[in-house]
This record gives sequence, structure tokens and C-alpha cells, in this order.
Amino acid sequence: MSNPTNVDSTRPARPPRRWRTVDIVVASVLGVAFGVLFAAWNNFVWPTISAPLSATPATPLLAGVWLLPAVVGALVVRKPGAAFYTELLAATVSMFFGSAWGLSVFMSGVWQGLGAELVFAALAYRRWGLGAAVLAGGGAGVAMGVYETIVYYPAFDIPWKATYIGSAIATGIVVAGGLGWLLVRSLAGTGVLASFASGRTQAEI
Amino acid sequence: MSVLAVPAVSDAGAPIARRSPLAKIAAALLPGLALLASIDPVAPAVVLASTLFCVPLCGVTWRALARRAWPLALAVVTLSLGNAVFTGRKGGATLFELGPLVLTTESLGAGGAAGLRVAAIALPGVLAILTIDPVDLADALVQRLRVPARFAYGALAGLRLAPLLAADWQTLGRARRARGLAAGANPVRGVRLFAGKVFALLVGAMRRATRLAAAMEARGFDSGQARTAAREQRFDGGDAALVAASAVVTVAAVGLSIVTGAWNPLLS
Amino acid sequence: MVEPEVRTPRVRPTGHERRARLAWPVAPRAPIEVRGWGWRYAGRRAWACRGVDLRIEPGERVLLVGPSGGGKSTLLHGIAGLLDPEAAAEVEGEILVGGRPAGTDRSLVGMLFQDPESALMMARAGDDVAFGLENAGVPTAEIWPRVDAALDLVGFPYSGDRSTAALSGGEQQRLALAGTVVRGPSLLILDEPTANLDPLGTTTVLDAVDRVLAGTGSTLLMVEHHVQAALPLVDRVAVLEPGGGIIDDGSPDAVFGRRGADLAKAGVWVPAPWGPSPPTPRRGPGPGPAVLDGRGLSARYAAGAAPALEDADITLHRGEAVAVTGPNGSGKSTLALLLAGLLTPSSGAATLRADPSRPLHRWRARDLCRRIGVVFQDPEHQFLTSRVDAELMIAPRQAGVPAETSERRRDELLQRLGLDRLSAANPFTLSGGEKRRLSVATALTTTPDVVVLDEPTFGQDARTWAELVELCADLRDGGSALLVVTHDEQFVDALADRHVTADEGRLS
Repeated sequence: MSNPTNVDSTRPARPPRRWRTVDIVVASVLGVAFGVLFAAWNNFVWPTISAPLSATPATPLLAGVWLLPAVVGALVVRKPGAAFYTELLAATVSMFFGSAWGLSVFMSGVWQGLGAELVFAALAYRRWGLGAAVLAGGGAGVAMGVYETIVYYPAFDIPWKATYIGSAIATGIVVAGGLGWLLVRSLAGTGVLASFASGRTQAEI
Repeated sequence: MSVLAVPAVSDAGAPIARRSPLAKIAAALLPGLALLASIDPVAPAVVLASTLFCVPLCGVTWRALARRAWPLALAVVTLSLGNAVFTGRKGGATLFELGPLVLTTESLGAGGAAGLRVAAIALPGVLAILTIDPVDLADALVQRLRVPARFAYGALAGLRLAPLLAADWQTLGRARRARGLAAGANPVRGVRLFAGKVFALLVGAMRRATRLAAAMEARGFDSGQARTAAREQRFDGGDAALVAASAVVTVAAVGLSIVTGAWNPLLS
Repeated sequence: MVEPEVRTPRVRPTGHERRARLAWPVAPRAPIEVRGWGWRYAGRRAWACRGVDLRIEPGERVLLVGPSGGGKSTLLHGIAGLLDPEAAAEVEGEILVGGRPAGTDRSLVGMLFQDPESALMMARAGDDVAFGLENAGVPTAEIWPRVDAALDLVGFPYSGDRSTAALSGGEQQRLALAGTVVRGPSLLILDEPTANLDPLGTTTVLDAVDRVLAGTGSTLLMVEHHVQAALPLVDRVAVLEPGGGIIDDGSPDAVFGRRGADLAKAGVWVPAPWGPSPPTPRRGPGPGPAVLDGRGLSARYAAGAAPALEDADITLHRGEAVAVTGPNGSGKSTLALLLAGLLTPSSGAATLRADPSRPLHRWRARDLCRRIGVVFQDPEHQFLTSRVDAELMIAPRQAGVPAETSERRRDELLQRLGLDRLSAANPFTLSGGEKRRLSVATALTTTPDVVVLDEPTFGQDARTWAELVELCADLRDGGSALLVVTHDEQFVDALADRHVTADEGRLS
């Protein structure tokens, strides 16, 4: 058994924070996949559940899906900016491919992504476990709640605004944080995350 | 029957459609940002009227706009009602009462203003996107705003896969039906099925992504060499004029609102 | 830094009269030296390859053969400098291209991959070819003339404005080739470039490669399933052992002469005269009673678009295997989906003889899975659980089959398809051949009357291919009706009792 040798030793050692090509492309494609999911989610959820609940302080309870890309992207790629970038890509797909909201959905994505990104930054980009995921989901939820109460529901009375933001945080924690973490763990089990630190948890086959 | 809507095509030769994507986005964002500051009916009305005036200049037919934006219209109506019901301002005559939910003339006015505001913030953005080609946007971001090329073109390459992933999504649904799994009327089963499809789509997305990354690297992507541009994106006088016009409209809208006394700051 | 030389093309006697004069410089010639190289992926116990020693001189054309999963792709990626050190548990030895470690100079190497759909980056064809030039820092004024020349060289049939989504597999692969070659690499690496292509695509792509080599004089290193089609392009064959190194190396005659039989037994597609002759066709017992009817089937994917399938009539009988062939976009996959009840026709209907009142697309999924089994083109689309044995229990449970029967059927299928020692594994971690066998098994768990298969032999090695033929023949002989959508002419010859061709939405 020999010591691992660097295949291309003439390249300067990369700082571990720098994004590799595979990081960029994976974050992009994950974001795009979620964007596609959003379109499917709209078709699935709007007619059945969303309509009665829309424009009420409980609306965010179903909106956790929109926050998933930020958490999943960050947990997979584990680089600074991953949460923000992945959420941005998901919003970009929504924007170009069928959202009636145009740029607005992109702006939503920016704030939601930032909400999660700030949490990971606060954790010095070292924590990528369930706790971090849940906190980041909550962070994205706060961002979503605050942004939407300012833009879409400015006339809401203060207690209702608080309920709205609270619902957003709850859904961020449970759906984006919890479910997101679970998703990444299941993905690791399939072996597709082999190029990432997040994929190293599986036993050798 | 597609999961993704086909991007609407606008006439690329129209006066506004010809402009740089950055100019179009800036022109769409400016009024939106200003409108955030207050909830009143006047400023949004001015912006909305100007935007509707620009629709033919963007090379978008009214029919295409209606087809694309009807969910927005529906959402604005719902939103207005929601704001009207949950607002704190309950002055004026009571129109409807159900337990804690009260609808009065003043609340309806507040709701309507909120709805109009959302429409005025969103519509310029819709027009902007209808006239922007993602490739042009990526080029403009890299060449004019110095966005790192590897992120912009990495994103573009990912975007190209969107229709393929949408097709995968449909295949996943069919594969499940072929094995006897379908949502039917049971929402719990529907959610489980949806979650299963989400997982499978992400696995497929990861596989495509790793292959795409290898292909991009093989073509010299992110190899440290200075990158040139095959398609030039300019920002010229016409683009500056568009942004300036948008600024003028914004100032006019806010000015008119203040002058007529309708200006109602958000945080008051 | 050595200046790239402008080379006048060297004419090879390949029988192609068309000579290309290159409009761009080619990188300096560089030998490939692999010295004692080994690679073990993180998360795997076994080495992908180990102790590989190989030297390729500039201008040589090498075909790398070996059993499936034998590390050939890994070696190719290693030479191209595309392997990520982070993904390795252990690395041994070294690979030098032009005297420097692999991957240091991207302008030397160009690579084509198995899946062209995931190897195109831009929405328009011309932009995709220009992508590599932008990365290389070529001045804007020089980019577009080179793009046009490259598209011309590979015989791309459309203009640069063509959407990349509107291309067939062969056209996509040729576009990828143009995008690779336009950068002027002196070493061209091809990793199973025609694996997912129909016969027409295979021919056009390999012809394009031939033209490119004639124009550039590049070194060629390729792995290719369709060995027969690739042989005219190469002058040297190297055999890679799974988990090991190069065990044989020489001219095609010599290597296949020595190892033809062993390689064929290991699943390599060894061409005649060294390999086995095509298997005798297994004809069925003759068509039994009709079981499924499709009448006037039409389908279109988007309102206003051209119909994918128009007015198709077809009847499937027990004990009969029907093969549907045709070029890309001819409607064969659409037909398969319609007959399986997975797609709603815009007119017409598919019905089972046993219950003709209800068209199949209206059936409940639970009833459908009892009667019809479907094998999809990409096995991973069919995986629903995290264990192989659980996969085989899903459909029977939905169909209401008693547990004991379904457990017996599951064990039987695992045995028959050689998956019993993998019964606890996660389906996504299986090898290509194992995934394909598992996906076929999932369609058979409810012993359906009709089995529909969409491209079952894509990219499979000779051994899995033979097993699939066996399996399908047994199914047919056992009384099921089989509908196979395929490009694989050999499969059609070996199995089909009836052959239907589809062309632009019409059957004949």
C-alpha cells in the first residue's frame, strides 16, 4: 500500500475553499433540478392545497420546498456561497421557465438564499450536519417571511405578520432543514456524491 | 403536457427588446425598489400604466402576456383579499364579518393598494424576462459586470439541462405507474410518491452534473487561462436611455404620490 | 512554452477521399506514458486498475478493450487529466502526457464521452463549439471562422444556430467532436462514443472521427463497444484487465488472434473472425392468441407540434416477440408508452383483449402492473427503494399478490438474473449490467402477460446481451407477449418473430 500521490503535482495546491468545476456544475444542476421541481410542485399543490391557504398568515407552511435548494446545495457542495448560488439557480429556472412572476421570483430567491448562507457563514462554513441544516433552513425561513411581509403583505396587522414569519421559520426548519438533511444523506447512500466530502460517509462497497 | 412552460418568445427587434439585458433588468428593478417604500394606490398606478404602455415596445403581444401572466393576475386578486382581511385598519363601513375576520371599506382599500403595488412591482420584471435570452444575460454579466465567468457559464450549462430534467420527471412518474404506484385520491400517498420522485430526480441530476463537469473541464473550463468572449454584449446610449427613462417614471410616480398626499410609508 | 505548429494534414489511406485542410493550429505532438499507474476510488474496496504500463507514441491509434467495469474509463479519464484526486482512496504511479503530468496542459487533449446529451454546454450549436475556444483565450475575431470550419469538418448537417436540444444522438456527438477538435488537441480520447447511438449515428460519428484524424494527424485512444465498426480506425489494440494492468498489446490481428476467445468469454464484443459467430436466432413457438390491441393510436407531445405517432395499428400475441425499430424521433418509444398504458393518446386507444371496454391509459396503476411489465431505457428511472430485494416486492404488493408467492418469485428472479448476492445492496450502486438486469427483474415480478422493453441492450457487454436474449426468449416461449423497442439489429435478428419499423410517426 503506497502513499497517495497527487496526480498533477505541478499544479499549485488549491485552497480548500475554492470551488472546483464539479462544485460549480453540481450546484448549478441541483439548483436547476429544484427549479424543475418547483414547476411540478405548482401543478401538484396549487389546485389541491395552496389555493385555500394562500394570502393567509399560514401560507408559508407549504412554502418550505422553495427553501430546499439552499440547504441541499450547501450540504452537498460544502463551499462558501453554495446555499446562495444553488437557490439562485432554482429561482432562475423558475424565472425563465414559466413563472408568472418574472424577476420577482428571482429576488425572492436572492433573499432566501442569503438567509441560509448567512447561517452557514456564521458557523464558519465548518458545520454541515443536521443542526446546521435546521438552523440554515430557519434562516432562510426568516428571510422569506420578512421579505414577503414587506412586499406582498404589507397591510397585515403586526400579530399576523409575526404569525407569517413564524410559519415561514417553522417550515424552513422542518422541510428545508430536516428534509433537506435527510435527502443529502440518502443521496450519499447511492454513491453519487463520491466527489464530495458529503459522500464519504458511506461504507466501502 | 410539459412540466416546464416553454419560454415565451418576444419579437427581438422591438425597441426595448433590443436593449442590453442589464439595462432591462435595471429598468425593471428601479421602480420596484421605490414602490416598496410605501403602500398607496397612486405611485403603483403610475408605474403600472407606464409598464403597460411599454408592452408593445417590448415586442410582446397582449395575448402572449395574458397567457404567461394570468397566474400573476389571479395571485394579485387573492393577495388583495388576504391583505384586506388580515389588516389592522378596520375603519369605514363593515362589509363582511366571520368571527375574527372582518372586511370593511377601509380594509378593502388597503388590500387593493397592496395588490396594485405587487402588480406594479412584478409586471416590469415579467416583461424584462420575456425579452431576455439567458445566454445574452450571462454574457452581459461577465463582460459588463465582471461576474466570474465560471459561475455564469456553469449556471448556463446547468440551465440547458432543465428541459431534460423535466422529461426525466415525467419518465419517473410513468415508471411508478408501471409498478402500480399512483397517487389516486390519497394525498398521503401522493406526497410519498412525490418525495420518491424528488429523490430519483436528484440522483439523475447528480449523474448528469458529474458527466457535464468532466466534459466542461475537458474543454478547458476553469483552467486558469484568461477567457475571451465569442459574443459581444455592449451597453450603449440606448441602454442608458432606457434606465434613465425608468428613473424618470419612478421619480414621477413617487412625486405624484407625495404631491397628492397618498404617500404612505411602509414603516409608520 | 513550445509554439503550436501549424501542420499540413497527413493523408491516411482510409478510403475517404475528402481531405481536410485545417483552419487552426494543432498542439505539439505528445507521447503518453503510463507508468505503474493504479487508481482506487474512495468508497470501493477493489482497485479500478493497478500496475498499468502503457506507452503511446504520437500519431498512433489505439483501441483499449477489456471486460465491463474493468477500469477502462478510469484509465481514459486519468490520461485526460479529469480524475479528481479527492475522489481517490489511493493512487499509484504516474501518467505523463508530453512529459508533464496528465491534466497540466488542457490544450493537448480532447475527450469525447459516452453521453453526448450531458456533454453539451450551450443552447445553440455554434455557441457550444465556440465554448472551448473561449476557454482557450482565442481572440474573438478568430473564433467564428474556426467554429464554421470545425462544423464543416465533422459533417454537422445544420447551421450554428441550431438548438442543441433538437439534435439526434449522432448529431450531438458530432457537435461535441467539433467542439473538442476545434481546440486543436494532438491527442483525441474517445470513451465509448457510440454506446447510446443508433446504427446511423454510429456510422456518421466514426466517419467524422476518421475525417478529423486525417485532418489533424492526432493520436487516438478509444474504448468502443462496437469493436467491429471501430477497427478500421485503429492500428493497435491493448487489453486491460479488471483491477489490473495491460495484459496484451499489439496489432488487432495479433491480439485478437491470441485472446479472441478469452475476451469473448469475458463479454467483450470480439469481431469476426476471432469472435463467436452471431447466435442462431431463437424463434418462438408461433403466435398464440392476441392479448393487446392498439387501434388508431396517435399522440402528440405539445399542442400544435407535429404528431409523435399517427394512426398506428398493432396487435400483440402471446408467445410472440415484436421488435420496433426506426431512427430517432420516429415514434417508437411513444408507441411503447401508449401500449403500456403510460401515455394518453390524442386519439385511438390501446386495450387488452381480456378487458376491451377500458383503454389502458385509464386503468388504475394497480391493475396495470399485474398485466403489463415495462423496462425503461434508463434503469435508474425504475429504482424506488434502497435495497435490491425490496425493489422486487413493490409491484406484487400493489397488485395484491399474496406475500408467499411474491417472495418465491423474488428469490427465483434474483437467482435467475445473478443478483442474489447483491440482494441487500442499494440499486444505485450496482454496475451497469447489474442495473439493467435488476430493471428487467422488476418488470417480471407479477408474471405479466405483456412485457414492453425500451432499448434493453444499450451499452451492454456481450455477456449481459446474451443473457438478455435468453431471458426474453424464455419469457416469450413461456407465453408472454413481448414488445421490444430497439436500435440493436443483432438483437432483432436473434429474437424477433415480427419486425415493425417506425418512421416519422407511422408504422409499417
